[in-house]
Amino acid sequence: MTTAAGAAARVGGRAPDRHADPRGSIHATEAAIPMANGDPTPQAIAAIVAELVPRPVPRWRRALSRVAHLWLLVLFLVVWELVSVYGTRIDPDLGVMLPAPTTVISAAVELLHRHVLLTNIFASLYRVLLAVGAATALGVPLGLAMGWSPRFRRAVDPLLEFVRPIPPLAWIPLSILWFGIGNAQIVYIIFLAAFFPVVLNSMAGARDVDAYLVRAGLSLGARGGELFRTVVLPAALPQIFTGMRVGLGIGWMALVAGELIAAPSGLGYMINNARTLFRSDYILLGMVLIGVLGLILDFLMRQIIRLTMPWYHGK
Amino acid sequence: MSTNSSQVKVDRVSKVHYSLQGEPLLALVDVTFSVANNEFFSIVGPSGCGKTTLLNLLAGFEEPTRGELCIGSELITAPGWERAVVFQEYALFPWYNVYDNVCYGLKRKRVPETEQRAIAEHYIALVGLRGFEKRYPRELSGGMRQRVSIARALAVNPSVLLMDEPFAALDIQTREYMQDELLKIWEREPKTVIFITHSIDEAIKLSDRIAIMAPRPGRIAEIKSVELPRPRNLADPTMAELAREVKNWLRQHAFETAPA
Repeated sequence: MTTAAGAAARVGGRAPDRHADPRGSIHATEAAIPMANGDPTPQAIAAIVAELVPRPVPRWRRALSRVAHLWLLVLFLVVWELVSVYGTRIDPDLGVMLPAPTTVISAAVELLHRHVLLTNIFASLYRVLLAVGAATALGVPLGLAMGWSPRFRRAVDPLLEFVRPIPPLAWIPLSILWFGIGNAQIVYIIFLAAFFPVVLNSMAGARDVDAYLVRAGLSLGARGGELFRTVVLPAALPQIFTGMRVGLGIGWMALVAGELIAAPSGLGYMINNARTLFRSDYILLGMVLIGVLGLILDFLMRQIIRLTMPWYHGK
Repeated sequence: MSTNSSQVKVDRVSKVHYSLQGEPLLALVDVTFSVANNEFFSIVGPSGCGKTTLLNLLAGFEEPTRGELCIGSELITAPGWERAVVFQEYALFPWYNVYDNVCYGLKRKRVPETEQRAIAEHYIALVGLRGFEKRYPRELSGGMRQRVSIARALAVNPSVLLMDEPFAALDIQTREYMQDELLKIWEREPKTVIFITHSIDEAIKLSDRIAIMAPRPGRIAEIKSVELPRPRNLADPTMAELAREVKNWLRQHAFETAPA
């Protein structure tokens, strides 16, 4: 998207230059290229490159082209604001039914001042990171072992496939009985949600390692643990990370659902509490924050993946 | 070639594969040959004649159903660095750069770090990739990748270098260039090479001897010596005659024995 915008900006930027220069770029290319020993001279090549490379676009225009694609989002927010503010003339309830974006922002400022907002955000983040960390620590080794050893996979599969279709939310009543209402119970729910994508992706990663890479490793003398560490693990890494990304996404959704039902803190708790207080602006704020934080977590995850696997150019 | 210096011995090897339906298929029957020390030995044949199966047996990736394969006096039972393999699709480790790919076997051999460096630098230079040590495989062209793969296999100092259609994935120009390069390396540092190919011209250009295989069931039909000095020119009448002879033979036999 950004490259297309950049290309458009470049074409637009070049057009006036052709008129400004009386010789024009067409004449320059028609002229004979200075040659030396049958090859174009370095000076000639430099001159052609200088002509073909576009002039630097001003900084403000580059910045503009980078955010230009956000126009729809901005339009959406503006329309929402107008509907919420002026819609109250038609239906007085609309201010409560659909708080305006500015109302949501002032709610954020208010809750920030009352030291409620950050507490709830960090409570939620802490739970999801702990649970996804645990799901990774247990799920990756289990998945890799299943992918590597068909015999182990056949033994574990029936158990796994029997537990997997049970939605994490169905575990809530039992988990409250086991852990009580608090962090441990919610972490357990998120863990269940994140665990299966992590296991299944790690398993697929280890199972689908290029057979030729394994053979190359074997024929160069790698065995057992060494073969696993130098071939199977790095080959499975992209899939492992995919599992962690999916696990984080699903875990985040399970967190909010868990907090809505029973929790002493967190964004889900905040939404549910606002419901009893009839504060739709707080509810909307909680929803927006859940979306934004989910986006940030996934962005961070992608950065980690990029830095860990410089050799990998998958999208 | 005298047989008393033979280093690789393949003795009455047969191999049965199973189809997905569980039907047994005779991939190789009674294959016998030996390869001398520092000989360049090629195996040619139409696709499906079992040449890759034969290489997999030599590498130790598969076990023969009957018969024996030996290196010197050692029976081949598992893959190992003394029979390093160069694969058609290079099989470089994408997560290691050129230098670490070449060092891979040396690390598994527990070669000391300083020695690793010297050996890796030597072979990277030998295949003409000095200056590319830090590049990842995906940044290299096909020909360069195959050169890394050759350097990686040579670095462990194998007693036999096994090459499975190593240049089949390259374009014609790169391919001929790589054949010349391989010969240069082989003449500078002689080594027993078993070279699988489906190109008769390639086999004639490179080899001391050529084993011609026939399909269904895979077997060795004939072993021909090429006693012309290198570098060889395929336009040379003797060479052209030899190539024509082998091609005619293959054309007849490949179709004669093939069941419909």
